[in-house]
Amino acid sequence: MHPAPSVILFSTLSGLGFGLLAWLGFGQPVVFGWTAFWFYALAYALAVGGLLASTFHLGNPKNALKAYTQWKTSWLSREAWLSVLALVFMGIFAIGEIFLGTRWSVLGWIGGLLSIATVFTTSMIYAQLKTVPRWNHPTTSVLFLLYSIAGGALLTGHGLIAAILLLIAAAIQLLAWSAGDKRFAERGSTIETATGLGFMGKVRQFEPPHTGTNYLLDEMVYVVGRKHAKTLRLFAIVLACLAPAALLALPSAGLALIGLAAVVHLIGLFAQRWLFFAEAEHVVGLYYDKR
Amino acid sequence: MTQLPTSTERSLGLVIDLDTCVGCHACVISCKGWNTENYGAPLSDIDAYGANPHGTFLNRVHAYEVQPETGPAQTVHFPKSCLHCEDAPCVTVCPTGASYKRVEDGIVLVNEDDCIGCGLCAWACPYGARELDQLAGVMKKCTLCVDRIYNENLPEEDRVPSCVRTCPAGARHFGDLADPDSDVSKLVAERGGMDLMPELGTKPVNKYLPPRPRDRDDNIDILAPFLDPVIEEPTGFLGWLDKALGTVSGGKTDKKGAS
Repeated sequence: MHPAPSVILFSTLSGLGFGLLAWLGFGQPVVFGWTAFWFYALAYALAVGGLLASTFHLGNPKNALKAYTQWKTSWLSREAWLSVLALVFMGIFAIGEIFLGTRWSVLGWIGGLLSIATVFTTSMIYAQLKTVPRWNHPTTSVLFLLYSIAGGALLTGHGLIAAILLLIAAAIQLLAWSAGDKRFAERGSTIETATGLGFMGKVRQFEPPHTGTNYLLDEMVYVVGRKHAKTLRLFAIVLACLAPAALLALPSAGLALIGLAAVVHLIGLFAQRWLFFAEAEHVVGLYYDKR
Repeated sequence: MTQLPTSTERSLGLVIDLDTCVGCHACVISCKGWNTENYGAPLSDIDAYGANPHGTFLNRVHAYEVQPETGPAQTVHFPKSCLHCEDAPCVTVCPTGASYKRVEDGIVLVNEDDCIGCGLCAWACPYGARELDQLAGVMKKCTLCVDRIYNENLPEEDRVPSCVRTCPAGARHFGDLADPDSDVSKLVAERGGMDLMPELGTKPVNKYLPPRPRDRDDNIDILAPFLDPVIEEPTGFLGWLDKALGTVSGGKTDKKGAS
């Protein structure tokens, strides 16, 4: 799948933002006044910035409001709903903490849960697709949630919890990669099932249907740069998980150290998310005899 | 609405005969023509006269080579467009309700006025039947020529999808696949019509008729014994030449000369 920068930015930044909102909603930490202001400013910049980035990959964004109509079937519509609900609940909660010096803790809990649910709906947009076997698995959702909650823990200064969550994420990431490498074959779709011609013999492409490229190949048969996948996996797991965990485990983790860990984590997360797309193979590639 | 209907009154669709298709791409061209000039945003081309021309098509003809265990390989021309699946995954993922499956005839359509061009439906489709038009920014797909098949301004013989009307080989058939007595259903039953990627559970309405087995001449050897070579090794001038060339190339000779 084509690793569009807008989608990579969206899913990483908003994941981090909603993770941070969840921790703030659960009162970890309890903050008031200016401290609260800066925490919420960062959280909203990440979450809303990410959501705005996601509109750049729409072909026809003027109809975006209509995306609120199909929550009964569409994970994308559910994401639209939950993200707005989470931002509204957390926004009201934030006004109390910043300006009024009060905590409406029920609102905070609801907002926090909605924030986590938003990340889950984002993950389901990918995990629901049978056409992309690598994504079509619960580990996709588990990883989106873990990275989000761990990122929130990191940004709120819960060093030890963040370190533990990042190490768990690293372990599940390794499992997801190795299981994901085999899943396309396990699901059994081949050029023979795609064409129905397997009963006659071994099928290969004789001639492509068009000499140039097309939307399908650009969007879903992205093969450029996969040769660097192994190196990038190492980068991703070290920068997103291991290095921040090590930094946070240092005694007397101050603000500077937390900031450094957050930046390193985010760079690693970009690599992880780039791989998430670039390594994902869509079954339509079978019709073109490539994956 | 993006909830799929539990059942449709009819299941209009195509039956494509892989035995008959000659791979002329006439259906591709007539589809592009009709759907550019009629309903919805035109099917755009990018860099049409430049070095890298590409554009939106609702129907494309692939070509495959099938190699059996024994015998010669066979070429199969393979037109592919929307299969108007019963359990269409492209419909349920749509956040706006732009994608829908019609209750009256089972056609899967996109309401371009509602489409945000997010591309998720194209991701959900295993068959590559949907293409996001790069100029219009909306999703395009086969409409089964919904603006032809019910169009009373057209002569009756033209009230079929453009690709079907155009096919010079008669490889494309249009009809109601939910009606067991329809011509297309009979064709599917007779010829063993098949689904593409059945393992994904999309239940396509369109069916493909597999290529028939090729004729095999196993009984041509009545006169064959008389056609055996009279001499295995060349003699005379050819024999001398064979030996001479063999010496030059290292002393090895065989029936075909120097190896």
